[in-house]
Amino acid sequence: MTNETASASSALFSKENSKELLDHWVKAQLADQTRSEGISDSSVSTSSAEFLKLFSEALKGGNLSNINTPEWELVLRMLGDLSASRALQGSSSTDTAKFIFSLKHVLFERLNAASGLASKPEAKASWELFLLLDKLGLYTTEVFQKSRESVIRRQQKDIMEMSTPVIKLWDRVLAVPLIGTLDSARTQIVMENLLQAIVDNGAKIAILDITGVPTVDTQTAQHLMKTVSATKLMGAECIISGIRPQIAQTIVHLGIEINDIITRATMADALKEALSKVGYTVESDIALEKVR
Amino acid sequence: MERIPILKLGETLLVTIQVDFHDRVALALQEDLCEKIVNYSAKGVLVDISALEMVDSFMGRVLGNIAKTSRLLDCNVVLVGMQPAIAITITELGIQLTGINTALTAEDGMLLLQKLLKAKSGARTTHANKNGRR
Repeated sequence: MTNETASASSALFSKENSKELLDHWVKAQLADQTRSEGISDSSVSTSSAEFLKLFSEALKGGNLSNINTPEWELVLRMLGDLSASRALQGSSSTDTAKFIFSLKHVLFERLNAASGLASKPEAKASWELFLLLDKLGLYTTEVFQKSRESVIRRQQKDIMEMSTPVIKLWDRVLAVPLIGTLDSARTQIVMENLLQAIVDNGAKIAILDITGVPTVDTQTAQHLMKTVSATKLMGAECIISGIRPQIAQTIVHLGIEINDIITRATMADALKEALSKVGYTVESDIALEKVR
Repeated sequence: MERIPILKLGETLLVTIQVDFHDRVALALQEDLCEKIVNYSAKGVLVDISALEMVDSFMGRVLGNIAKTSRLLDCNVVLVGMQPAIAITITELGIQLTGINTALTAEDGMLLLQKLLKAKSGARTTHANKNGRR
C-alpha cells in the first residue's frame, strides 16, 4: 500500500470532513426502518461520533490492511463493547453489523459525488452489487449464529434432563442426587420428577443429596425449602444430605434457617436414618467377622 | 347447593373431596366440619383430596383454616392424596399449611391419625398421673 492511499483515506476523515460525515451517517442510521427498537437515537449518535473519532485516529497510522495492529486496538475495543451491549439488548448480528456497513454507504455516496462517478452506470452497478453481497454475507452470519444457538439450547435441555434423576434406594426410600447449580427452572423439574416418583413408589422418605451443588446461597436454599415443603405436602419426608463443611458454614453465615428439616452430612447417614424411619435397622457384622 | 359428605368412623371423621371444589363448597365444608367435630367430639379428621386437580390461593387458605380451627377444637387433621401438581402450586403460592399432617394415601393417613391419637391419649394419662389426679 502506498503512502498516497493512506493520506487520501486519512483526508477523508479529516476534522473538516468528519463533522458532515457524522451528520450524514447518523441520519442514515436513524432513517433505517429495519433498525431494532431497543437502541435509542442518542446512543446511535454518541457511538457513531466515538467511532469516527477513534477511526480517524487509527487511520493516521497508515495501516489499512491489517486491523490486528496496535493502532487499531482502541477501535476494536470500542466495537467489541458496542456489539456486546447490543447483543444484550437483543439486537441481531445483522443489526449490529449494519452499524459499520451503513458508514460504507455514506462514505461511498460522498466519494461518488466528489468525483462525479455517480453518473457512470458501471459505478452504480458495482455499488448495488456490493450492497447485495454485503446483505448476503450478513445473512450467512445470522443463520450461522442462529443454528449455533439452537444447538446450545438443545444441549441445555439435555443437561437439564440428565441432571435430575430420581433413584429408588430402598422400599419407600427415594434419592435425588442434585448436581450443578440449582435455579428455579431446575428446581421445578426436580420437584415434578420427585413428587411423581413419590406417588409411583408410595415413598415415605426422599433424600436430597446436594454433594454436587457447588455453592449454596439464599436463592438455592429457598429452592431447596420449596422442594422440601412440597414433599411434605405429599405426605413424605425429606432428608437433605451431602452438606460439605464449607457449605454448612455458608448456610450458618448467611443466616439461612433450615429448621424442621432433617439434615445429614453424607448420603450414607441419610440412608441409615431413612431406613430406620421406614422400620428397618442396619446391623454390622464386623464384630462377628473379627471373632471368626 | 352441593355439600361434601362428612362420614363418622369411630373417633375420626372422613372427608373425601370428589366434586368440583369451588369457593362456596369449600366454605360450606369448613363450617360443616367444625360443627361435626363438636357434635361427635371427634379427635381426628382425614381429608382426602386425591380427586382434586387444581387449587388456588383461596382453597389453600381454606385448607389451612380447616387445620387451624380443628386444632382449636383439639382435633388432628391429616391431608391425604395430594397430587404433585397441587403440592407444587401450593408451595409456589407460598401458602404455609402449618399444623397440618400429610400422608400419601388414605391408608397411610389412617395409620398416622391413629398414631397421633394414641400419642395424645398417652400424653394425657402421663400428665394426669404426674399430678396425681384421676
